[in-house]
Amino acid sequence: MAETALPAETSNPANIDKLRAARRSPASHLSENFASGSVAGTVALKEIPFQTMVGIRVDRESDAGQRLASVTGGLPAACGEVAGGERATTLWLGPDEFLVVAPETAHDSLGGDLVRALFEALGDAPGQVVDLSANRTTFELSGIRAKDVLEKSCSLDLHPRAFHAGTALATEIGNIPAVLWKTGEDTFRIFPRASFAAFLGRWLLDGMKEFASPEVP
Amino acid sequence: MLLISCPNCGPRDETEFHYGGQAHVAYPENPNDLNDREWAEYLFYRDNTKGNFAERWVHSTGCRKWFNMLRDTVTYDIKAVYKMGEPRPDLTNEAISPEGASK
Ligand SMILES: [Zn+2]
Repeated sequence: MAETALPAETSNPANIDKLRAARRSPASHLSENFASGSVAGTVALKEIPFQTMVGIRVDRESDAGQRLASVTGGLPAACGEVAGGERATTLWLGPDEFLVVAPETAHDSLGGDLVRALFEALGDAPGQVVDLSANRTTFELSGIRAKDVLEKSCSLDLHPRAFHAGTALATEIGNIPAVLWKTGEDTFRIFPRASFAAFLGRWLLDGMKEFASPEVP
Repeated sequence: MLLISCPNCGPRDETEFHYGGQAHVAYPENPNDLNDREWAEYLFYRDNTKGNFAERWVHSTGCRKWFNMLRDTVTYDIKAVYKMGEPRPDLTNEAISPEGASK
């Protein structure tokens, strides 16, 4: 079958660009809408496709937890925390569940070695390391009105007093489950599952619409 | 809408949670010894308490962990949130001790 031949194709570096060109990100069909719906200097939305994402479940106090932490550059200890290393950034999803996020090129199919390194760090210990790169896509919502757009459809306290840059929370946005990571004072990264990407993209565009119009006094 | 304090994540909207029914229903020690009626009672029969009721909840779109809650079924007041495996808090004792009396 054609599918079983795929791993061999990806292992050939000459094929990597061909395969990358063939890929479609979950919200690629909305890229023009994102560009035209963004309001310069106010709020902008774009998709950052194909980030490498790896799900980890492990007891962070265990030996395996320490080994995984040495690969990721730490495992966050509590809700909201984000651990940053050279190779990847790790978000807290639960007391024993973490999401490792890294650039596309960290993925093993593109010459990286992150997934294998994590897989080997876990070894035979209880827990799991799963390549979730295709599970979610990434939206970046930025600008001085980004918080206002989010507040329409997310019930978390997003005030800078309560939600600091460098914090990530698993929650609901527009009634769908998503991870919200505040990467800068006016910049948010949102990780919706692939099947929700088009819905959330259009939902956010709708929330941005009012900021394209002149303010009603 | 209830505002539920997840033991891991803090206060979140009720929509992030799912309900898991009555808490502290122990799995039968020897399920094979149960007759049909006893098995049906274990599976389906639950208390219908008016007042403080111990129940299970899961933070589905947050940390995905289960926990227990003591909720007044009349007022919807959440009296206590406690971890899986912990015994049901005795609210009568807490009311007597000045430390435990929560306002
Ligand atoms: Zn939680």
